[in-house]
Amino acid sequence: MPTDPVIEVAGVTKTFAGVRALSEVDFTLHRGEVHALVGENGAGKSTLIKVLTGIHTPDSGRVGRNGRISTIYQEVNLVPLMSVSANLFLGREPRTRFGLIDRARRDAEAAEILKGYGITADVRAPLGTLAVGEQQMVALARAVAADADVVIMDEPTSSLEPREVETLLGVVDRLHEAGIAIIYVSHRMDELYRICDTVTVLRDGRNVHSGPLADLPRIELVSLMLGRSVNEIRKHGTTAFGEGHHAGAQPVLEAVGLTSRPRIDGVSVSIRPGEVVGLAGLLGSGRTETAKAIIGALPLDGGTVLVAGQPVPHSVKGSTRAGISMLAEDRKTEGIIPNLSVRENIVLAALPRLSRFGITSRARQDRIVDTFVTRLRIKVSSPEQKVAELSGGNQQKVLLARWLCTEPKILLLDEPTRGIDVGAKAEVQALIDELAREGLAVLLISSELDELLDGADRLVVLRDGTVAGELEGDQLTREHVLAAIAAEVRDDADSDGSD
Amino acid sequence: MTRTATAATRTAARTRWLQDNGVYVAVGVLLLFNVLFTANFLTVGNFTTQLVQAAPVLIVALGMALVIGTEGVDLSVGAVMAMAAAIIPLYLGAGPFMAIVMALVVGVLAGAFNGFLVARVGIQPIVATLALLVGGRGLALVIADGQLVQLHDPAFLALGTDSVAGVPISVLIAGLLALVVAALMNRTTFGRQVVAVGGNRKAATLAGLPVNRVLIGVYALSGALAAVAGVLATSRLGASDPADMGLLMELSAITAVVVGGTPLTGGKVRVLGTVFGVVLMQLVRATLIKHNLPDSIAQMIQAAIIIAAVYVARERR
Repeated sequence: MPTDPVIEVAGVTKTFAGVRALSEVDFTLHRGEVHALVGENGAGKSTLIKVLTGIHTPDSGRVGRNGRISTIYQEVNLVPLMSVSANLFLGREPRTRFGLIDRARRDAEAAEILKGYGITADVRAPLGTLAVGEQQMVALARAVAADADVVIMDEPTSSLEPREVETLLGVVDRLHEAGIAIIYVSHRMDELYRICDTVTVLRDGRNVHSGPLADLPRIELVSLMLGRSVNEIRKHGTTAFGEGHHAGAQPVLEAVGLTSRPRIDGVSVSIRPGEVVGLAGLLGSGRTETAKAIIGALPLDGGTVLVAGQPVPHSVKGSTRAGISMLAEDRKTEGIIPNLSVRENIVLAALPRLSRFGITSRARQDRIVDTFVTRLRIKVSSPEQKVAELSGGNQQKVLLARWLCTEPKILLLDEPTRGIDVGAKAEVQALIDELAREGLAVLLISSELDELLDGADRLVVLRDGTVAGELEGDQLTREHVLAAIAAEVRDDADSDGSD
Repeated sequence: MTRTATAATRTAARTRWLQDNGVYVAVGVLLLFNVLFTANFLTVGNFTTQLVQAAPVLIVALGMALVIGTEGVDLSVGAVMAMAAAIIPLYLGAGPFMAIVMALVVGVLAGAFNGFLVARVGIQPIVATLALLVGGRGLALVIADGQLVQLHDPAFLALGTDSVAGVPISVLIAGLLALVVAALMNRTTFGRQVVAVGGNRKAATLAGLPVNRVLIGVYALSGALAAVAGVLATSRLGASDPADMGLLMELSAITAVVVGGTPLTGGKVRVLGTVFGVVLMQLVRATLIKHNLPDSIAQMIQAAIIIAAVYVARERR
């Protein structure tokens, strides 16, 4: 392995508003290395990246850079209304003799480049018309095309579907071969072990481990991230779900033939009280749309939703009143109200019930907020703290609390553990278990197969907006699910290691 | 790099303090300046004049603050004032009470129409209310047949000229409405839903909040408050003047709201800040006029204050 460092950081400390985000961190990145950067949320990964790229100036310590750095963030940083090719070449467009932008050449080159990333869409179409995963690819292509020596990827696969992940990992391999150094931030173990040579683990702003990844057993890595012993993790497993649940006999929720063209077509799901039903399928298979159709947030071409045998009016208000609640997938844009306090975010949906003649009661709010802050172990300095200041995991708990205090009968959870750290994830999973045991009917959507297999009593597999199969009991295995998902579209991507 | 963490923290804390309290400090400073350097400032007569002039602006600004809290804006308030003014002489024959009620009804309807365009039709607030800014004044002139009408009903005129315990009625009404709006924002489900809709409309919808009803309610309220301002201004003028009534009022109201610390991005409404925003702008003008500077200078200084307010309020990173 080449030993020429492209980034060398020594003893970096960075403090925000009195809180130490990084303390005395050393970090070295060598040319041609794929370096995993892992840690729980709030461990200091983002701060370190921002120090590396020069966005933050450290309070003390030394930062040495020896090359050009490109960063790909979790959220796409491109211009949605401009064409794909314009985005790709933004700021370095090919010119004609007269100094004008050479559109023909730009479009041709863009199409050529993007083919290597598995994108065949029209490069003249606005970027915003592409799927999120494809936009992510364009961002990646743009970063790579900028002749970077170092590419930093911050959870690049969190919004990609499995096939796109394969393409992305393939691109990482190519960059690797071309001698470009990569910092790869991800929560996904499979990806890390497939493509990364070395790993740095951050915990509470400190570098607790740096070294070759292959030598480090997974469970060891998790224990480093969590600061908990290996034995403790062994005992409780990687997900926090317990045994199955005892479901009631009659379904409390029956969704029949939900159709909203072109996204879903004739999807039926039923859930009994105390049962967790998982919704499996690829990105774009209609999982989120099914949940939104049930809650009444998606216009329907057909189908009905029954709660305890009674038809529910098709509107969010009607569904909420009937006892259905939904935890939306996108915490930031569809969940939290950033300006408001933790208290106000929690009571938001239940406010009319906590008020008399439209006059709110502070005492009643405080009581219910206290209950949930304690029960869900939400870490806040006070319920009056702004929700935007919380970590992702705690925001997710606030949203869960929002729904729980409406006392729902049916809870639709769309990716409840996405983008939250390992510790909070386990807590949320344990909570889902607990709620089901108390008799709640839960619909669980997750891109993580382990989470579905461990957490759900029954799985409904979606494919292209229709139900491709239902699995329960002995059929709840990885193989059965993948077979159901892949029945028609064979996923031919092979999965060899990168080295 | 040598800057210590505590210094950075202190700067952030200072910025936040300024954001929250800047308008109060500014009013305090201006008052002090006037007490020291302006002749005849500390007189009851002067205070009364200032407050009477500020009252209609405050009433309109209260409604504007709510609309801005939902990430909207209401450009039609001046036109609604004109419509209220035009309605009054038509119904004054049936008594001042009837005339006022009809003016308010027109204000509510105009506002609800704005709200309908914004909430149901999905037109951007600035465009939806621009339509009524243009059309509303036209309608007012049609109603009044383009005429200025002198009013003679003593009871109606008393509204603009009489005082209770030394406080002009219009000032009393403005103060009362400020209290009502503050209570509405802080103590009712409606008020909390307003900031929730403004803070994140998508999340509010998914939380089962009556988003459309909240939006229509907010614009209707803004229309009603504009009509109240129109009634009071008409009474003080002693004439119904739809051509000039409330001209550029939308800009004064928006200015006061912004200077008072309510962000244009929605999700937050500062009622007390709005009151002080109105007072500040009024004081600036009064100060300059008393020191014999022309109105044109006052306008430029007002512009500087707006920029300063927005500068202080800009998002911290």
